[in-house]
Amino acid sequence: MPNTRIRVPDSAAPGEIIEIRAMIMHPMENGFRVDTQGTTIPVHIIAEFVCTYDGVEAFRVTLEPGLSANPYFSFFIKATRSGSVDFLWRDQDGTSTRASAPLVVT
Amino acid sequence: MSRRAAAAGLGAGLVSIALMPLRARAGDAETTAAIRELFGDAKPTTGRVSLTLPPLAESGNSVPLTVSIDSPLTEADHVRRVCIFANRNPRPLIATLQFGPKAGKAQFSTNMRLSGTQDVIVMAEMSDGTLWREQARVMVTVGACDSLQMRY
Repeated sequence: MPNTRIRVPDSAAPGEIIEIRAMIMHPMENGFRVDTQGTTIPVHIIAEFVCTYDGVEAFRVTLEPGLSANPYFSFFIKATRSGSVDFLWRDQDGTSTRASAPLVVT
Repeated sequence: MSRRAAAAGLGAGLVSIALMPLRARAGDAETTAAIRELFGDAKPTTGRVSLTLPPLAESGNSVPLTVSIDSPLTEADHVRRVCIFANRNPRPLIATLQFGPKAGKAQFSTNMRLSGTQDVIVMAEMSDGTLWREQARVMVTVGACDSLQMRY
């Protein structure tokens, strides 16, 4: 299961707009590279990234091979009430990687 | 060969050299096709989308990009989807992004691969169906594809 790095502030004021950062360790093979034998390495990418806050979707990306290895996203959510910020990365082979962080709104 | 024929030949040569940059940008047709596939024949307008890119990127393997869209992100007026294209990449479409109801503002950053010096195009479709477009040029010293071929 790939390694993930997420950054969610510990606490926020109600209505505050906070930055969320998420990254996953993944080669994002673009299908144009060749190995030492000269055969093309097939495309192997993360196909989808979804971030939900308090059970409601905040940010969704459909990734293509044009994104860098270890795809990184920074985006913003509006803090409404305490809840968990959940991250989901779906590999093209169907495996999912999840991460989660609590957000306290005071 | 007469002098006139030589001059005519030279003129034709100059014309073909002048036309060469147009033909070299074969990726533009693919990009246009990719945009048409996703957005149909809707006419985009410039504005509401702002794009921040480094003017010069040393490595095409990871070029930072920040997109900010002027939208209140309410139920009535929000961004339906945002697409990033690079007009000279082997596959022009880089990513499709959507903001959900919990999004705070219509802004994001990510890193992308660029095969060489080219234009990056961002298209944003709003909830009212209007299409907005912004593009910026990036100089890439070593493209993502070049460096990979050198390494292997």
